[in-house]
Amino acid sequence: MPTRGVEFAKVSYTPEGGLLVLREVSVSLPAGSVTALLGRSGSGKTTLLRLVNALVRPTSGEVMVDGRPVGAMQAPEELVSLRRGIGYAIQETGLFPHMTIERNTALGLELEGRPQAEREQRSREILEQVGLDFDRIRTRLPWQLSGGQRQRVGLARALALDPAVLLMDEPFGALDPLTRAEMHAMLKSLLVQKPRTVLMVTHDLNEALFLADRILILAEGEIVADLAPAEVMRSENPHVKDYVSAVNQMMWQ
Amino acid sequence: MISILQRYGWEIARLTFEHLWLTVSAMLLAVVIGLPAGILLTRRPRWARPVIGIANVIQTVPSLALFGLLLPVPWLGENAARLAIVALTGYALLPILRNTYVGIESVSPELIGVADALGMTDWQKLRKVELPIAASVILAGIRTSTVVCVGVATIAAAIGAGGLGELIFRGVASVDNGLVLAGAVPAALLALVADGGLGWIEKKLAVRQS
Repeated sequence: MPTRGVEFAKVSYTPEGGLLVLREVSVSLPAGSVTALLGRSGSGKTTLLRLVNALVRPTSGEVMVDGRPVGAMQAPEELVSLRRGIGYAIQETGLFPHMTIERNTALGLELEGRPQAEREQRSREILEQVGLDFDRIRTRLPWQLSGGQRQRVGLARALALDPAVLLMDEPFGALDPLTRAEMHAMLKSLLVQKPRTVLMVTHDLNEALFLADRILILAEGEIVADLAPAEVMRSENPHVKDYVSAVNQMMWQ
Repeated sequence: MISILQRYGWEIARLTFEHLWLTVSAMLLAVVIGLPAGILLTRRPRWARPVIGIANVIQTVPSLALFGLLLPVPWLGENAARLAIVALTGYALLPILRNTYVGIESVSPELIGVADALGMTDWQKLRKVELPIAASVILAGIRTSTVVCVGVATIAAAIGAGGLGELIFRGVASVDNGLVLAGAVPAALLALVADGGLGWIEKKLAVRQS
């Protein structure tokens, strides 16, 4: 599978009967890059993420995934092949409560009609990669797992079809700091083993600094900062300074 | 008590069977109509209010009046049992329709987003996600309908459709409480058994969220 890049070209989005969420956003995410998206609640982060797998359609402008325009993609086969090539992990609500961990993990393969043996093998492989004991948890239901374990399963499911693009919407938001740090390290090593184009929404500047090679800050539907992690601490951009001072304040209080 | 059973035992059995037949036929019809209709409403939310409104109105019509109103309708009026089944279906529809709609609508939008992101078709979403998660809510609707049906079916005797109501009406007419009980007690037991049995299945289907 080719490693796919993502490009937004003058993308605007206004929900039907609602207020503008994104205003002419243009940004290019090269194949294999890891981009963190920061911003206040309601700044349009999640919308920007969901434009990539066409869960949200732009009002104007175009979104390209691997050079393919996806904004107006309608044909079901095209949509399915686009979405199966893009991993999607959200906060822990994302597991299907009535499916076992094994089934949740291999759901993409099930939908592809792959045989049971392959589904089992793949979910074992990927669950072990995210640090879970397959034999112990395969038949459990999501509620029987801890928040951290659920989050690992969510990530495993997003990676099960080996997607070139990975979208994450605050994937570690609900975790305690220790588990979160473990997850950061694990994700980082997974991405070193196999680079993917990652776009992740987060509220946590430290998470962004640790994982991403590029940081975007979104405010009122526009990208107001676009910089490398190394530039964050000495940036004069007021939006960036807000984040830095908020983090410092927390550290020294 | 024993004398009632000796005198009416065979009749109670026959009428219980009739009662069951009316209820089960009406329930099957109501599920066959209500379940797909409820699903359809989730795809066309604009219709939900008016359609559920109409089903609501049907349920507010007193049962005796509904039976009477349907009597002059050409094909229906010819056969009392047929008429009773149609009227009972009308009563059973609302809880099934409403619970199907509400059950599916209450599946969290995040989960639907995940289903979409996995590339599920609308049919796969329905079969693999929405129906299993909504199953216990839908079954709760079917359970409510069944209990209502068992109760209302006793009134069907007034138009000659048979069922346990026959004993009740005869008992009332002849001021014979024993006869009233001979109809009322089995009807109540039917309702209890249906309620308990379906309640048990409902619990089995419930999906634990957290």
